[in-house]
Amino acid sequence: MADFWKRFCRNRGAVIGITILAVVVLVAVLAPLVFPQSPWRMVQRPFLPPFSMEQYPLGTDALGRNVMSGLAYGAQVSLLVGLVSTVAALLIGIPIGALAGYFGGWIDDALMRFTEFFQTVPSFALAIVLVAIFEPSIQSIIAAIAIVSWPPVARLVRGEVLSLRSREYIEAAILSGQTSAAIILRQVLPNTLSPIIVLASLMVATAILLESSLSFLGLGDPNMMSWGYMIGAARTVIRQAWWLSFFPGVAILLTVLALNLIGEGLNDALNPRLARRGK
Amino acid sequence: MREPVLRIKNLKIALPAGADRDFAVDEVSYDLYPGEILCIVGESGSGKSMSANAAMGLLPDLVRPVAGEILFDGKDILKLTEDEMMDLRGRRIAMIFQEPMSALNPLMRVEDQIAEVFEAHDLLTPRDRRRRAIELLTEVGIPDPEKAARAYPFQLSGGQRQRVMIAMALALEPKILIADEPTTALDVTTQAQILELIRDLQERHGMAVMFITHDFGVVAEIADRVAVMQYGKIVETGTADEVLDHPQHPYTQKLIAAIPKLAAGAAPEEPARKAPILEVEGLNKTYVTGGGLLFSKPRVVHAVNDVSLSLAEGETLGIVGESGSGKSSVGRCLVRLMDPDSGTVKLAGQDMAHLSGEALREARKSIQMIFQDPYASLNPRAKVGRIIAEGPMAHGVPRAEAYSRAVKLLDLVDLDALAIDRYPHEFSGGQRQRIGIARALALEPRVIIADEAVSALDVSIQAQVLDLLAELKDRLNLALIFITHDLRVAAQICDRIAVMQKGRIVEMGPARAIFDNPQNAYTRTLIEAIPGREKELAAAG
Repeated sequence: MADFWKRFCRNRGAVIGITILAVVVLVAVLAPLVFPQSPWRMVQRPFLPPFSMEQYPLGTDALGRNVMSGLAYGAQVSLLVGLVSTVAALLIGIPIGALAGYFGGWIDDALMRFTEFFQTVPSFALAIVLVAIFEPSIQSIIAAIAIVSWPPVARLVRGEVLSLRSREYIEAAILSGQTSAAIILRQVLPNTLSPIIVLASLMVATAILLESSLSFLGLGDPNMMSWGYMIGAARTVIRQAWWLSFFPGVAILLTVLALNLIGEGLNDALNPRLARRGK
Repeated sequence: MREPVLRIKNLKIALPAGADRDFAVDEVSYDLYPGEILCIVGESGSGKSMSANAAMGLLPDLVRPVAGEILFDGKDILKLTEDEMMDLRGRRIAMIFQEPMSALNPLMRVEDQIAEVFEAHDLLTPRDRRRRAIELLTEVGIPDPEKAARAYPFQLSGGQRQRVMIAMALALEPKILIADEPTTALDVTTQAQILELIRDLQERHGMAVMFITHDFGVVAEIADRVAVMQYGKIVETGTADEVLDHPQHPYTQKLIAAIPKLAAGAAPEEPARKAPILEVEGLNKTYVTGGGLLFSKPRVVHAVNDVSLSLAEGETLGIVGESGSGKSSVGRCLVRLMDPDSGTVKLAGQDMAHLSGEALREARKSIQMIFQDPYASLNPRAKVGRIIAEGPMAHGVPRAEAYSRAVKLLDLVDLDALAIDRYPHEFSGGQRQRIGIARALALEPRVIIADEAVSALDVSIQAQVLDLLAELKDRLNLALIFITHDLRVAAQICDRIAVMQKGRIVEMGPARAIFDNPQNAYTRTLIEAIPGREKELAAAG
């Protein structure tokens, strides 16, 4: 573990990434303490420019709501959606990929055709349709994002399992009488962990972008302040009040960038041989 | 005394920090004379390839020579610029490698690859290059050189590819040929042919050959002089006869003693046979590859063709053959890692070939396997204790008992009990193979199938593992099926031997009889091709 950290920290980008992410997490956690009032509440005159009042450093929006507070609560939504939908996508993708790769044959064919069915539909369009059908709420957004983002997981896991299953230690496990379930869970999956972790870190970033896009289109949870919603609401006044879309935009950019940097760092740390060859 | 063509003086090559030793090659000096074959012998990690790589300027990035010189034509190669080096390579010093498949460009025709050598040195016209390519292919004895010249590497066999590599190396009439384990990846009969070719070409062209190998049998076949390396140092040099017959250094003595002897092994007379524990009858397995609906005829390979054999309790049966002979397929059919098309496998009276599900799981307890690759056969993310205890636990043995049995098994294979809490990567190849053996024994099997179980190990480690297997076999009254391509190993450990060719057993009998008086022509070829055999016979008188 210590070794892993040393290798991770050798990648400067990854360290920057994890620092940014730590700040975002901190902001999300502290939001209710720092801003006890609801982010939807009017606190000042509308269109207060940033840096003009000490109390509202990022100004106010078209309805006089505190932009700073909105950003802090938006971080909560983004992180929540990113993490939960990724976990859900892994829970769908890993079993499908593992079963397809391990058993092969018609099971593989059936599961992969099923996966391709989801892959051929443009994921954003599918997400919009799903959210529209289920009524926009945080649950339906998470479900929609999970449903459109599991196919790459299934494909990755299937590929890894396919290459692992012909290893001699898997054959030894078969000979020693372990059941298929035990072999998949204890011998195969632990060895596919590294690429899954890397993929998952990038999926969190994609999920945050998807949620923002959905909110931008007005399909966000109406009770939760999110970055996408803030940009969406500000787009009509972008020439009068640039800061309303600029700050949430920067927040999304930094968070997604941080996650991508972390993903790359994880990749280097988990596959040390590949990383070194590249340099 | 003639002038040496290559002179290596006090060469020291540093390894990057954190390696298991500071110097890959430490104060190594030797001379290579024109018209001789110098064998550099050593086990893996001994640094035997390093001095040759330094002479070719082919050291890996992080490894650099720190002291000493390599004199060729009065110039120190280590001080040459990259341009001068490029001129030297190929034209004056040429090299052939272990793996002819990866050393050839898979997308280029053979003649183009040979022509490229001339092109790189700006020699000859394209037409002459082509003509020389075919001449060279003829010289290295490729059947139908015209056709081979137009072929792609994948269309040639391993031996033919190695011949192409040699043709490329010879193209510019180098003074020195460096051969780095050129026959290790080849079958024994092909190996014998390639060794003969190298010897022959060396005499005809008066080249100096530096031959790097781990195999003393090969040394006996080809070497004029020998240098033995251990931990980056040369421990002994001398003529082939001196080193092989009267080794002075204890390490050389140990290495030579570890080589399995052809004459040793099986008891002179066949012991009274006990009841058979495993009876195989009419086993068949075919692979069908390719064959679309309309376009091509499917390729059918009879991997196992009507194989019948029986194994008595406490007996060791060797299955020998070259690659592609189907010997591994037989082993895999027996344990049902592969389903045979037809035939019966009776294990203690029960037909393994037609079991499935729970019954198969139960029956497999009595027949276990030891695998070839000590690195791929242990789960890198499981601790050794779990690796061994998992089998019994899957069959309902309580955890505590399974682990205490694992400790006993580790003791049985001469490993420390503390090993149960460590991961496989902390062990050497030989130790890993012992873990593999302990795992196979954990289910208390009656038959063990060892598929090339010692092929990946150095000769001294190989001897230890073979001894261990023989001892365990006696102690636990196991029957052993030993699948190997190495006839020396088979001679040492097996009571009876089955020789396989193209999926069939062509000859089967007591080990002694097979070696002393082979009946089948193919068996005879195989035995005659064993490197170092003639020398050993001569020594035995």
